Parts: sequence; C-alpha cells; structure tokens
Amino acid sequence: MQPEATEEERVKNMTLEAYADTIVPGEKRFPEDRAIAGAAPGPGSVAAGALELLNFDATGVTAGLPYLAQSLNDHAKIYAGEVALELDHDVPPFVALPYEHRRELVRRLTTPGHPEKDGWVSLALFCNMAYDSAAHRHTAEAIRDGHPGLLALGYQAPDADGFWRFPKYGYGRKLAELHPDTTPSGSPA
Amino acid sequence: MTAIDKTDVVIVGSGFGGSIPAYHLAAGGAKVTVLERGPWLAANDFEHDYLLGSSYTRAFDFVVGDGMSVLGGNCVGGGSVVYFAAMPRAPRFVFDRQGSIGRRMWPSVLSRDTLEPWYDRVDESLPVSKQDWTDVSYAGGLWAAACNHSGRTANPAPVAVDNGTCVNCNFMMAGCRFDAKRSMLTNYLPAALAHGAEIRPLHEVQRLERTEDGGYRVHFDLIDEEDYRIHTGTGVIEAKVVIIAAGAGATPVILQRSEATLGTMPHGVGRYFSGNGERLNTAIVDEDRVREVLGLSREDGPVYSANHIGKGPTVANWDKLDGSLPEYERYSLEQLYFPPGLGTILAQVPGGEEPRWYGAQKKEILNQWANWLTIFLMTEDDNEGVFGTPPPTGNAYRISQQMLGRGSLRYDPTENTRRGWALADADCKAIIEKDGLAKVAPWTNDVVGAYTVHPLASCRIGDDAATSALHPNHELRNHPGIFVTDSASVPGALTVNPAMTVAALAERSVPGIVRALQARDVDVKYGAPAPDGSITGRRAVSKLDLVAGT
Ligand SMILES: Cc1cc2nc3c(=O)[nH]c(=O)nc-3n(C[C@H](O)[C@H](O)[C@H](O)COP(=O)(O)OP(=O)(O)OC[C@H]3O[C@@H](n4cnc5c(N)ncnc54)[C@H](O)[C@@H]3O)c2cc1C
Repeated sequence: MQPEATEEERVKNMTLEAYADTIVPGEKRFPEDRAIAGAAPGPGSVAAGALELLNFDATGVTAGLPYLAQSLNDHAKIYAGEVALELDHDVPPFVALPYEHRRELVRRLTTPGHPEKDGWVSLALFCNMAYDSAAHRHTAEAIRDGHPGLLALGYQAPDADGFWRFPKYGYGRKLAELHPDTTPSGSPA
Repeated sequence: MTAIDKTDVVIVGSGFGGSIPAYHLAAGGAKVTVLERGPWLAANDFEHDYLLGSSYTRAFDFVVGDGMSVLGGNCVGGGSVVYFAAMPRAPRFVFDRQGSIGRRMWPSVLSRDTLEPWYDRVDESLPVSKQDWTDVSYAGGLWAAACNHSGRTANPAPVAVDNGTCVNCNFMMAGCRFDAKRSMLTNYLPAALAHGAEIRPLHEVQRLERTEDGGYRVHFDLIDEEDYRIHTGTGVIEAKVVIIAAGAGATPVILQRSEATLGTMPHGVGRYFSGNGERLNTAIVDEDRVREVLGLSREDGPVYSANHIGKGPTVANWDKLDGSLPEYERYSLEQLYFPPGLGTILAQVPGGEEPRWYGAQKKEILNQWANWLTIFLMTEDDNEGVFGTPPPTGNAYRISQQMLGRGSLRYDPTENTRRGWALADADCKAIIEKDGLAKVAPWTNDVVGAYTVHPLASCRIGDDAATSALHPNHELRNHPGIFVTDSASVPGALTVNPAMTVAALAERSVPGIVRALQARDVDVKYGAPAPDGSITGRRAVSKLDLVAGT
C-alpha cells in the first residue's frame, strides 16, 4: 500500500472503495474495515483492484474522482436525512451507510433521468471491470498472480505462449433438426 | 504553399462498406484513398488480453447515447475485425417491411431475389461457409439441444471463419491472432492495396466541403495512436467522389457536421436509426439438469461450463423468421458469446431483487460465469433513433483513452419495439427454462440504454425522398458525388446479423459509383473478380446487365 498523502486522499479512496464494494461486494480485509461492507463472501471489486483501475488514466474518469467522491458523500448526507439515518462521523458519509442503503443510493444515482447518471454509470462500469476482467493488468499475468475476479469467473491459464486454445470445443454431434426453410447456403429463406 | 492532395475517390472508413468499393474501384483503375480513424492492426497485434490499451480496446468504439449505446469497430477493417463473423442472408420478408412509414421501406428494385447475386459475390470473396454440427461450440450445442427439447428447430449459423485454423479461443472480438476469421484484412483490403489503393489509418474525417469544380474537399484530424482523445494535426484531401462508410453510428454525424458548408441534408440523415431490434439474455445453466434432461456431456468432466470456449455465435433459432407473422413479431434467437468487461455489467440476476445488475446476487451469478449461455435476440424495431447536435469531432465526446465516448443518439423505443422485445424474451425464457435447464433474464436497458452491435439505417436508401437519405443507388439526395455504402444505408432491422447484407449492398453499389466516376472523366472500369481471383460471383452479377464501362 502506498502511504496516503492527505486526509482528503484518504476520504476519497475510502469513498471510492465503498462505491466499488457496492457494485461487486466482498468480504472485509480486516475486522474494522469500514469501506468494505462485507455484504458477500470472497473478495470483491476492491480486492480485485478497483482503485488501481480507477487511477489508470486511460479510463478517462481519473481526473474526476475527487469530484465524484465528494459528490457521493454529499448525496449520502442528503439521503441519510431523507431516510432518517444517523451517520457516524468517523468515516465519510457514504462509507457510514449500511450496505442496503449504499445500494439504494447507487440505484437512485444510476436511474434513467438522473442528471448525474453518466458519471455514476462510468464509475460502476470500471468497478465491475476491475473484478470481471482486471483491465488494469495483463490478463495472463493477473491469472498467474491469482486475480480473485478472473479466478472466480473460472478463467484458466493460457498456453505457454500466452494464447488460449481449446482443442475440445463442442459436443460434435447433431442436436436439432434444421429449419425446413434453410437455403443451400445455410441461410434462412 | 503546399499543393492540396488530390485523388479520384476518398473513402471514409474501412469496414465492409468502405473496403468493398475500395477494392473494386482500385482494381478498375481509379485512384482510391481510404481514410480510417482507427489504427492499422495485423494478426501479430491481436492479443488475448483485457488490459486497457491492448487490441481489445484499441479496435473498438463504444458510444453511449440517450437510450441506446452502439458498439462498433475502430481500426483498419472496421467492424469486420471485431465481429463474430456470423453471415446469414436476410430472410425474404425483411425486404417487404413497412416499419414506421406505412409503405415498403426498401427501394422497389431491392428484394431478396435481386440481392442474391450480390450475396453470392460476398460469399465467394470472404468466403462464407455453411457450418456443420461438428463446427458448433458447446454453447451452440447446448442452445440447439434446448431448442430441440422444446420442439423447435436450430441451425448452425453460416460463418466467415476458417474452421481449420480456428482454435476456439473466443477472443475474436479482440481481432483474430490466427487469421481464422475472414475480416476485410484478409480479403478486400489486401486486394485493394495490391491495386494501388492508399489506406491512411488514424485519419478521422470531420466534414466535407464542395470544391469549385464540383468535387469535394474532405477535412480530417490526425489521431494519436495510443490516446484517441489527442488530435495531433489536421489536413484536407480533394476528391471527385466521396464514399462515406463510417458505420451507422458515425456516417450521419459527418454529414450533419458538413451541413454548414454543403447545405441542407435530406431529412433522413441522422434519423430512422435502428438498433436491429437487439437485446441480449443471459441464462445461468444448471449442469445437472442439462445432463439429465438433454443427455449432454463433455469428455473432460463438466457437462457445459464452457462459456469461454468457442467462436461467437454458432447456432440460431429461426422458427419465428416466418413471413406470415405480422411485422414486429418476427425475430431470431441466436447463441452468442460476449466477453467480460463489456458484457457482464448489463446482465441481470434472473428473479433477483431490484436493482439486478450489481450487488451481492449479481456477484453470485458472476461467479457462475463459465455456466452462462448468452442468447442474442434480433427483432424488428421501429427505426426510432435520432441523432442530435453533432459533437465537435468524431461521433462522440471521447471519455476514455480508447473505446468509451458519449454520443448524441437518442432512442426511445416505441410500443411496437417493446412488444417485439417482450415476445422474444418470453420465447427465449420458455425454451431455456423448460424443465429447469437454466434461469434467464434480459440485459438491463437502464444502465446504458438499449445496446446494439448492429447499428443500421441512420442514412437509409429508399424510393421516397421524405423518409430516405439516399437514392436506391446509394447516392446522397441533392448532393451528387457523395455515396453512403455502409450499414447506415440499410433501411431497417434485418432480424439476423447484418454484415452479409451490408456487404452485399456495398457490392451492389459499385457499378453505380463507377458510372459516377466515369461521368467525371475518371478512367475506371467495373468487373474485378473476387479478391482471391475467383470469378463465379462475377459471372452471376454480369448477367444482371449492370456492368458499366466494359
Ligand atoms: C462485437 C461485434 C460483433 C459483431 N458480430 C457480427 C456478426 O457476427 N455478424 C454480423 O453480421 N455482424 C456483426 N457485427 C456487426 C458488423 O460488424 C457491422 O454490421 C459492420 O461492421 C458494419 O459495417 P460498416 O461498413 O457499416 O461499418 P464498420 O465496419 O463499423 O466500419 C466503419 C469504419 O469507419 C471508421 N470511422 C468512423 N468514423 C470515422 C471518421 N470520422 N473518419 C474515418 N473513419 C471513421 C470506423 O473506425 C470503422 O473502421 C458485429 C459488431 C460488433 C461490434
């Protein structure tokens, strides 16, 4: 882990971790972990590298992260007021929300018609990608190093040259009748 | 002062719509310059890697609109480099569709019969092969067996894949490392180059302007090869004829942006966009039930568990491609593979709690990813897409270094479209959930809108000036010398994968473009063989008495 420069940085990272953990939730890294709500067994988006991916400038969201984190906390405060939730002040407001409320707030922010929908959807896209495709890593290396998302999805290591090949790929027999109006070229008539 | 670059024909975009005329016109003797906004990649560049910046993101353009997102190619070869190579011909009834305009939307000269010789040319050129059951992947086989179990038929889809070299890696969306997929990089483009065509990658065309002598000046930006957000310069080139083939998500935007200099565009430019009525459903397969009910088994242990093995779509259900059914009730259900990153986010938990596209239950189905079976629904939508004010450059405001952008397309599905989707969803569910084979849910439209890899009709051909942007010969109405030969010209949804039809229309457009060039004193002839020299297709076409300049 890199030392976190400022309190602001710490708040931003914790908030983004909590957002990523709302998209693909995982188990807490240590008992007092607040960013991760612990809503699902096994590693989630954060353990899969969500913050590394979000900080990869190629995504185009990196520069907007401080703004998104702050805005998410503002939304969390308003939301907590609406549903009469008392937030504790040890952690940023979004982090203080219990999982089902984080989930509900994200639902509202990503609903068609919400003026900030685009930003929240982009953030969700990349948080999901950290888990399901490790887009911040070479796939073969990520698998070799035990990337939790790719392994959970069932990826196996490629051949020695880094490419996947499947010599066995099908059941190899007829499994249905062809449509009666199939042309000799194999197209619908 | 440097002299302005001049050529006979500028072709914008190098997918099916651009490569095909590029070859024929160059082979016929015209000076052809192809401007392509994406990079020029070859087999050695195609990686098996989801890392941002690998070929998987370099070759793509994903544009989020309002109610519709469009995925397309962004490289030399265009969509043909990233496509799944399923190449069925469109069913006969498609050409009689009326869609939203209450009259036949295809030009009267076009039907399945009149397009057939042009389909044959494409078939020979790529080539397209009829698949056998032994070519079918586990996913396709499972879909076929499920259809059969429901008393349905199922067809191995015709594909432009060399099954002898294909390794079933399912990475074909990142380009084919083994050149097993017949993209334009393996046929029309090398043949065009051999005849002297020039291809300029990383040249993004922004707008056109008319020259005093009746030709066109084409303005482009130079794009950084790694970060497409960065434009490194600008330039112009003049041509007697311009062919716009930037794809249905980009072609109308170039024309809209040119309106300031070219004058008013026909009403059909940037309207009547169709997403080919597409929708994806994700089924989570129950291995035990598949073993018991369908009697399937794999040699190496699991019954299925093979989502990542194969080659895109291999089997389709065509039972509802029935011309006697009313419009909007006809569709195909095709097995497909969609890789993670782009595909998984929109999958919803079957029967899960709302919202069903993220959270703990979604993670559970992600962890069963190897047991996903994706079904691709191609229905008849209502051509309801409209392009708004064009962005300053390209076809979108680019967000990511590659791939992701925000575009001006608005798509608000009508009742007809929604009903077609619902019928197809229900049919898919009836087949795949029968006897507990799997649980299925459609992808959500709430996140990035509806989603298409088959954008069509944003600049369509037709007989009627009020509802079509192009004459039946693909020339832009009121703008002689500008032709549109890509997916934008296809009038409406096809109920099957469109590339075969896009390519056949592009083949069909060439004799007319040859005549337009001849009228502008270019010494060009029509009649080249298929890119590999085969002439069977040419013989079929020459019977049509369309051959100009011979
Ligand atoms: C993932 C995926 C899978 C698919 N699978 C199938 C399939 O199995 N079967 C099938 O039939 N179809 C498939 N398709 C659809 C098929 O690829 C398209 O229908 C087809 O490529 C359309 O051809 P086109 O010539 O209209 O456009 P494209 O092939 O998209 O070519 C347009 C080209 O223009 C370039 N361009 C855009 N704007 C500019 C500009 N301003 N200046 C210069 N160049 C520009 C683009 O980079 C692109 O290279 C698939 C598409 C995708 C994305």
